[in-house]
Amino acid sequence: MALDLAKYRRRRLHSSITVTLCWAASALGLTILAIILATLLFKGLAGLNLKVFTEMTPPPGSDGGLLNAIAGSLVMTFFGVIIGTPIGILAGTYLAEYGRFSKVSSVIRFINDILLSAPSIVTGLFVYEVLVRPMGHFSAIAGAAALAVLVIPTVVRTTENMLLLVPNQLREASSALGMPQSLVIRKVAYKAARAGMLTGVLLAVARVSGETAPLLFTALNNQFWSSDINAPMASLPVVIFQYAMSPYEDWQRLAWTGALLITAAVLSLSIVARYLGTSRTPK
Amino acid sequence: MNVMSKDVDTGLTEKISVQDLKFYYGSSLALKGISMPLYERQVTAFIGPSGCGKSTLLRVLNRMYDLYPGQHAEGKIMFDGENILDMKDLNLLRSRIGMVFQKPTPFPMTIYENIAFGLRLYERLPKSEVDARVESALEKAALWKEVKDKLHASGLSLSGGQQQRLCIARTVAIRPEVILFDEPCSALDPISTAKVEELIDELKHEFTIAIVTHNMQQAARVSQRTAFMYLGDLVEFGDTKKLFTNPTDSRTQDYITGRFG
Repeated sequence: MALDLAKYRRRRLHSSITVTLCWAASALGLTILAIILATLLFKGLAGLNLKVFTEMTPPPGSDGGLLNAIAGSLVMTFFGVIIGTPIGILAGTYLAEYGRFSKVSSVIRFINDILLSAPSIVTGLFVYEVLVRPMGHFSAIAGAAALAVLVIPTVVRTTENMLLLVPNQLREASSALGMPQSLVIRKVAYKAARAGMLTGVLLAVARVSGETAPLLFTALNNQFWSSDINAPMASLPVVIFQYAMSPYEDWQRLAWTGALLITAAVLSLSIVARYLGTSRTPK
Repeated sequence: MNVMSKDVDTGLTEKISVQDLKFYYGSSLALKGISMPLYERQVTAFIGPSGCGKSTLLRVLNRMYDLYPGQHAEGKIMFDGENILDMKDLNLLRSRIGMVFQKPTPFPMTIYENIAFGLRLYERLPKSEVDARVESALEKAALWKEVKDKLHASGLSLSGGQQQRLCIARTVAIRPEVILFDEPCSALDPISTAKVEELIDELKHEFTIAIVTHNMQQAARVSQRTAFMYLGDLVEFGDTKKLFTNPTDSRTQDYITGRFG
C-alpha cells in the first residue's frame, strides 16, 4: 500500500502548529515571570541596605527597616508549621496506610482537597471567629493558627502521595517478617518516603510564608518590636500590603524591598524542595 | 505432645496440612477446595499456568491476604496442631512462616540493619549476639563473602541477585519453621538463579519449604514434592520425579510437556 502523503503532510502541519503554540505559551509565561522578577530586583534592591534588617518599621517620613516584620513572619511561619506538620503527617499516614481502603478516607480526601483549594482569606475569617473573637484581640497565636490551617492540607496531600509511592512489596516484605504495622510504617515506609515528605513540608513553608489574607484578620500588624505571641505581630506580607497601599514614597520603597526578600526566600525554599524531591524520591 | 501426623506411606511428617481450602477475592472463588500436605524439611513446588491460584495458596499460608480488604478463606490449614485461619496474632504466625517475594525487597537501610531489624523484633539480644546471627544468616544465604566488608552499605546498593539473597538471609535470620518462596528467581539472571536454587536445596535441611515457580525445570530441580494446580483446583500432588515423568492426570501431562500454560 502506498503512503498517503497528503495525510502525512497534514499531520506534520498540525504537529508544527501545536509545537509553535506550546513554545508561545511557555515564552509568554516565562516573560511575565522574568518581568516580575526584574521589577522586584530593580525596585527592591534600591531600598536594600543593612537598616532593613536592623531597624523597625518606621512612621512615614523617617528612616527604618523591616526587622519586626521579618521576625514576625519567621515566628508565625515557624509556629504554623510546627503545629500543622504533625497533624498533616499523621492524617496523611492514616489515608495512605491504616485507612487506605476505608470509606472514611475518601471522604477525608475529598474534604482535604476542598481545604487545599479554599481561598486563604476564608481561613483567616474562620480563625478570626474561633480564636480572635473569643480572645478579644489580635495575636501572633491566631496568626500561627491560621497558617497551620493552611499547612495541614498541603502536608496531608504530599505525605499521602509519597507514602503511596512506596512499593507495596516493601510493606508485604516487612509484614512477612512479622513486623507490626506501626513499625512497618515508622521504620520502613517513612524511611523510603522521607525525602518526598520533607519536600512537602518545605513547599508548605513556602506557601504560607507569603500569605497575607489569613494574617490580616488574625495577627493584624504591629509597628514595633514585639516578642509577645499573645499580642498583634507584624509580618512581611501584611507590612508589604500596608506600605504598598500608602501614599508615602519611603514606605513604598520598603514594601518593594520586603517583596524582594520574601520572593527570594520562597524561591530558594522551592528550589531546595525541588532538589530534594527529584534527587532522592523512592523508585 | 505430638500433634503432627506421620504419613503412613512416606514416613514423612506433615508440617502443614491444608484441608478443603477455599479462597475468595471478593465473591470470585480462586481456590476451589484444596487439600494437601507440606512435609517437614522437604521442598514442595507449586506449578501451574498463570491465574491457577498457586501464589494465592502461598499467600494464604502466612495470611498475607489479611493486608487487603475483601479477601477471605474457608477451610482449615493445620500448622503444628493449630488452624492458621483461626490465628489471631498474625505477626507471630509470620515470624514462624517466613516469605521471600518475587522481586527483591531490601529495606531502605544498611545490609546489616536489613537483617538485624527483623531479629530485634522478637528477641532481645546483646550486640555481639546480633552480629553473630547476622553473619550466620548471611553465611546461610551464601552472601557473607560478598558483603562482609560492606555491611554498612545500603542494601539497595547490591545487585538484584544479591538483594534476593539478602532477603533470604533476612528471613532465615529470625529462624522460622517454614519458608515460602513466591517465584523467587523470576527477576534474576541464570547465574543468580542457580545460586538461589542451591541455597533452597541447602535450606531444606533446616526448614520446611514451599516454592511457587513458573519454571518447570526449576520445580523439578529443587523440589521433592510437586503440586500441579489449574484454575483453582489441585490437579495432582505427589513425588516430584513421578509427577514429571509419569503423571496420573492428563492435564498434568499436557502442562509439563508444554501443550498449554
